[in-house]
Amino acid sequence: MDLINPQVVDLSRFQFALTALYHFMFVPLTLGLTFFLAAIETVYVITGRRIYKEITQFWGTIFGINFALGVATGITMEFEFGTNWSLYSHFFGDMFGTPLAIEGLLAFFMEATFVGLMFFGWDRLSKGAHLAVTWLVALGSNLSALWILIANGAMQDPQGGAFDVATMRLQLQDAVALIFSEDAQAKFVHTSVAGYVAASMLVIGISAFYILRRRHLELALRSFRMATLFGILSIVCVITLGDALGEIDFHRQPVKVDAMEGIWTTTHPPQEPWLLFAWPDDAEQRNYLEIGIPYVLTPLVTHSFNTPITGMKEYEEAAAPRIRNGINAVAALQRYTQTQSPEDLRLFKDHANDLGYGFLAIKNAPEQNLQAINDTNIDAVVKATQPDILPNVWVTFWAFRIMVGLGFYFLLFFAFAALFSLKRDLMKHPLFLKLCVYSIPTPIIAILFGWIVAEAGRQPWSVWENLPTFLAASNHSVAYMAFSLTGFALMYTAFFIVELYLMFRVARTGPVAENLAGHGNNASPLDVFGLSAKQGVR
Amino acid sequence: MTTYVILKLIWWVLLGVLMASIGLMVGMDMGVGILLNFIGRTGDERGTILRAIDPHWEGNQTWFILGGGAVFAAFPTLYGTSFSVFYVVMILLLFSMILRPLGFGYRDQVNSARWRTIWDWTLFISGFLPMFVFGAAFGNVMEGVGYHFTWTGQYVQDECFLSYLLNPFAILCGLISVALAIQGGAAILMVDTVDPIYARARKFGVPAGLIAAVLFVLGGFWVGHIKGFVATKVTPDMPANPLLHGQEAVMRMGALLEHFHANPILWAIPAVGILGMVLTSLFMMANKPGLGWWCGVLTWFGVIGTVGTAMFPFLMPSFTNPNQSLTLWNATGSEYGLIGMLIAAAITLPVVFAYTGWSFWVMRGKVQPVTGEDGSGNGSLSGGY
Repeated sequence: MDLINPQVVDLSRFQFALTALYHFMFVPLTLGLTFFLAAIETVYVITGRRIYKEITQFWGTIFGINFALGVATGITMEFEFGTNWSLYSHFFGDMFGTPLAIEGLLAFFMEATFVGLMFFGWDRLSKGAHLAVTWLVALGSNLSALWILIANGAMQDPQGGAFDVATMRLQLQDAVALIFSEDAQAKFVHTSVAGYVAASMLVIGISAFYILRRRHLELALRSFRMATLFGILSIVCVITLGDALGEIDFHRQPVKVDAMEGIWTTTHPPQEPWLLFAWPDDAEQRNYLEIGIPYVLTPLVTHSFNTPITGMKEYEEAAAPRIRNGINAVAALQRYTQTQSPEDLRLFKDHANDLGYGFLAIKNAPEQNLQAINDTNIDAVVKATQPDILPNVWVTFWAFRIMVGLGFYFLLFFAFAALFSLKRDLMKHPLFLKLCVYSIPTPIIAILFGWIVAEAGRQPWSVWENLPTFLAASNHSVAYMAFSLTGFALMYTAFFIVELYLMFRVARTGPVAENLAGHGNNASPLDVFGLSAKQGVR
Repeated sequence: MTTYVILKLIWWVLLGVLMASIGLMVGMDMGVGILLNFIGRTGDERGTILRAIDPHWEGNQTWFILGGGAVFAAFPTLYGTSFSVFYVVMILLLFSMILRPLGFGYRDQVNSARWRTIWDWTLFISGFLPMFVFGAAFGNVMEGVGYHFTWTGQYVQDECFLSYLLNPFAILCGLISVALAIQGGAAILMVDTVDPIYARARKFGVPAGLIAAVLFVLGGFWVGHIKGFVATKVTPDMPANPLLHGQEAVMRMGALLEHFHANPILWAIPAVGILGMVLTSLFMMANKPGLGWWCGVLTWFGVIGTVGTAMFPFLMPSFTNPNQSLTLWNATGSEYGLIGMLIAAAITLPVVFAYTGWSFWVMRGKVQPVTGEDGSGNGSLSGGY
């Protein structure tokens, strides 16, 4: 078996990380701003006061700048599975492609069609119809997130699928299990609500900037108040749901949770500390410089006071028989593809549950071929594969700490924002207002580190316990990867500069009254079908 | 005919419908992007042209997104293999597709002629390149690609793809696709604008369609002289795995025309395509661009249908290992998955058609010519904002 050049695998992973993280700088703002826009426009429709329309349109401009980049980078995400992860697509497409396709059908069509009407339909639609359109954009974008996160949930915990010998891949058997997988559902709410926090922070930050400058106060103070309400509700949900997600992972992906918390050896409840700081050493398999809060870890992870948490070293030990079984499974499967003998099939089925661990061992087998394994060298292969089941602990541990740390900062931040906002004395706290402005990027940073926890913590698997990442990549040359990576890096950097430039520009200019859309207003229904040949502006 | 075989056939047809929809809906907006700098002589005029498709391009582009997702789910092996085999082109396609939303979204954000010019050319590139690649890819799969599979299902590319990527036949297919995009773009511009843009769109659109028809006929003669693939043994209800020896294929000269020769009724499919191209041009000449646009449905279904019929049952044949060629029998998703997707599509697509139609109806009528001191229109992202 010729393995893909490890360098190419690393470059593909790096490219995926780059494009995915970049994409997710804009998505959360879309998820949150659409609801925010819908909420303000609702106020506008109920009260009929023009100020609320202006507020809606101003944040709509900000939303538009972001939305363009979110859509643009999303195209890359969808196609990248095919361009850079061909075996992943073949092996997992039946389960993973389905939610992606449904996302297009059910959600993105709605979002993309109505966003055009949202921008251009102000003078074409009644107030109520335009409001409905805005709500549909919000609903569509959040439904998009739902289906994408169902797909990601399947990678973390492939519920509802089973390995099929004839086709050599995981096949969907139970759509309900796939859609309602605990991991996917918890992930969806946690992620989308985090997007609401990000949007609230953006609105608060730009509003604070105006309040500091005493400009557009009518807009800024109202927006600040609404965003604070939106944000405080959201951050409470994010933290609660994050905890729920952690508990699900404790059952589904215990190794990931260990890496997040730096648990190398089985804990001794109840006094086990939750680490505020530590320097995990992946090679030595221990932490240096531990500083923790005693008694917190056990209830936090297990939601009980006396459940011990199995450590990573124990999982590594426990993996030995699974790897051994997996080697038998994969070797039998490989023979079966050539011989189709019932004997090999039986052998495979006896060990089928550990198939993924066998794939993982391929890297360490002599000549990367499991057929070359025999009683004399199997122990060495198993031993070499055992450490591979752990993710990079240092990365996972610290990404998790940054995310959680920022999360609690937001809780404090929104509490103060609500306090000053309710007392109506924001003007008297210029320092806090400055903090608001500088806090704009922080939720995005927290969200990106959240994704690093989810994805780096999933390693070495691309599909949890089924398909190792090093097998999943496409068989490209380093030159190909250099070409695409350079292109993405250059383009994305340029876009980032353009985006920031535009955002700053709009924020500095502030809302200005504008002429509305350029479409004429009184045409006949025939024109939809272009059946009316009259020329001239009607 | 087992259920699975019927499902495979249905999804093969749906794949064609998706590709035709991409050509029709995404193609027209990309055609407008291609024409932008040639029809619009001032910033104002270009602003007017973009205003015509601004409200709808995003919804139309979803056909492209949906196409990707549907191939991923319904033809997972084809998805992973084809996108990887065409890596360099796919990446270029992605680069240009990334530019599009930004071109539409950012062009009117800054009141500067140079800024707008940059984005206008961006829209040209992101219109021309994807449509060219879209067509050239069809040309490349008709000729076959060099790959085989290892036992795990990992594809291995057998030769550097760049060396034959832009061969003359693929270029011809790319040009047909671009010409059809220009025709569709011109039709929608005529529907939505007034003179002088209307007249210029007509001037470009009419010959574009006729050129496409000529090139398409030329392609028909050409395929008689290239090597195509013939399936000598198929197992329609085989599990979807190209490694199972369920099929055998050989290459021979003119194979792409064999189905047509065997069933002459099939010649109706390319005929419908040519009829669509010619009718669209004629309706544009007669100042009935709306009807012309609707004839684009005939065009795209005819053209994609021709390719599909000519290649049946192949999706992406391999000339280095013909027996492992991807066909609709060995590259689909599971039966359960195909049923699930079919149900989802049956429920959602009518709704999609309904609100897409409604959104076009809401934004019906001619676009008022944009006026601004330097073509900004109203110097904002978009209509109401």
